[in-house]
Amino acid sequence: MAILRGRFNSERAAWGAGLGAVLAFILILTVAGASGVTFDHTLRTVTMGGALLGLVTGVLGSFAVLRRQSLLGDALSHAALPGVVIAFIVQGRALSALLIGAAIASLTAMAFISALTRTTKIKQDAAQGITLAAWFAFGLILLSYVQGRPDAGQAGLDKFIFGQAAALVQSDVLLIVGVGALVCLIVALFWKEFKLLTFDPEFAAANGFPVRFLDSLLSSLIVAAIVLGLQLAGVILMVGLLIAPAVAARQWTQSLGVMVLLSGAFGAFAGSTGAVLSGVDVNMPTGPLMIVAACAVVLVSVLFAPGRGIVWTVMSRRRERQAVGRPSLGGVQPVMVKRSADDGQ
Amino acid sequence: MNTKTAPTALEINDLTVSYHSKPALWDIDLSIPEGVMAAIIGPNGAGKSTLIKAVLNLIPRAAGEARFFGLSYQQARNRIGYVPQRGSVDWDFPTSVLDVVMMGLYGKLGWIKRPGKAEREKALGALSQVGLVDFAEHQIGQLSGGQQQRTFLARALVQEADLYFMDEPFAAVDAVTERAIVDILQALRTNGKTVVVVHHDLQTVTDYFDYVALLNVEMIASGTTEAAFTEDNLKRAYGGRVAFLTHQEV
Repeated sequence: MAILRGRFNSERAAWGAGLGAVLAFILILTVAGASGVTFDHTLRTVTMGGALLGLVTGVLGSFAVLRRQSLLGDALSHAALPGVVIAFIVQGRALSALLIGAAIASLTAMAFISALTRTTKIKQDAAQGITLAAWFAFGLILLSYVQGRPDAGQAGLDKFIFGQAAALVQSDVLLIVGVGALVCLIVALFWKEFKLLTFDPEFAAANGFPVRFLDSLLSSLIVAAIVLGLQLAGVILMVGLLIAPAVAARQWTQSLGVMVLLSGAFGAFAGSTGAVLSGVDVNMPTGPLMIVAACAVVLVSVLFAPGRGIVWTVMSRRRERQAVGRPSLGGVQPVMVKRSADDGQ
Repeated sequence: MNTKTAPTALEINDLTVSYHSKPALWDIDLSIPEGVMAAIIGPNGAGKSTLIKAVLNLIPRAAGEARFFGLSYQQARNRIGYVPQRGSVDWDFPTSVLDVVMMGLYGKLGWIKRPGKAEREKALGALSQVGLVDFAEHQIGQLSGGQQQRTFLARALVQEADLYFMDEPFAAVDAVTERAIVDILQALRTNGKTVVVVHHDLQTVTDYFDYVALLNVEMIASGTTEAAFTEDNLKRAYGGRVAFLTHQEV
């Protein structure tokens, strides 16, 4: 079994998957163009923003998935909502203020979760669930309060729940470029530290790495990516853009570096595709479209990736059975013989 | 404070660790001389792994201190190698065997620097020591339990430490792997290294180890295997169940 799984070129598969995503995007552009979508300045801006955002979330999502922090990502994005609304009450509609508010709310939620798990016997998932609910509920209450005020400025604040790419302007894209570049630079600089932290935090600590600092740094980068995407993808589905590209990318490769790059590519595909599709109908929320695109990539990857895909597994199992003869026909169990040669497990 | 004439690899004084105000280790004193293979044994929940982790600053301790070759942990860190329980990581992580072994060198590389050719060579050398050089480029998920354990051992070997801590290296590995690991550890001892192993199988203690620490939250006894690994001490560590325990792993 182990040998069968290894009998494919993992790097070539990853290249193929990346190429597939590019081709799929070209196809979508063609179909969109044919069905009357005009690629005006707004749509180009939105598409660019979606692609860059997906790239950043895809890169960081790899670490979130491998560290089993998918649910944490979900909690942190929901937890951003009260921050957005409070920032609006204090500062008005400036995007940078809203995002800073979102970041502060997410970071306090993160601190709360870690304090809860460290000082009580409440388990990680329960702590995340309760924090998600509490912060999000508070956000919703604040939101309905703000919406009840006779203030035209609050219009569009509710777009943060499901995301609305149409509101994206060029300065927003520049913000994504700036923060995204910084995030990618930090990941590149601390590559081996993040890798070791993700694989074996205990060994990292035993080797003198400041694990708590690295842990906070990586989590803060994940928060930055989440906050960056709130306007586009919305607080509810933001986690999908973080997790789905990484889950898909993991299917195609056995190397962390390739996984991170491919996840970035898949994220860019999902982000830009969602943006283009929302160009077809402005009333369609961008977040769900991005997530549907991301989940399509996951579906294809889970089914067809060589080595890990369901189709591959079924086929190789069948080949294996043919090679050793059907156990149901003979009384002897050839599978057992194979196992004992494979040292335990 | 420590004025013994025999050089000491590990010296633990008054070490206490507690989980949620329940003591996991109570007032531990232990001194392990240089150049021995030492076993830490005791029943489940005795705090064997906790002892290693507390000594290596991986978990907070309520009281006490540990010194290595007379130095603090910070000062001696580069002389210490660590092999955690292999079940402590996700073996489906996307990386190769060689890559995992090179992780043993990250600590010496310093910030930002990436491992290069020299690190690769060292890692390959350690892999051939544990007999896994043919698996260097394999994904770690393809390894059997015994091969995983040897990969972790190779990762510690590249650290070229003087004192090794190993958490249950023989757990769920087959007899051949166990023998191979024991051979490597004994070679380390021959070269003057000190090896401290959390161990489960009482039957092999006298074969493998020349120093024993019997633990059950408190330190029951420690010393050379001859002096400390006595029926009396075993009964005190395990209660009356010792005859049963020698034939069956817990």
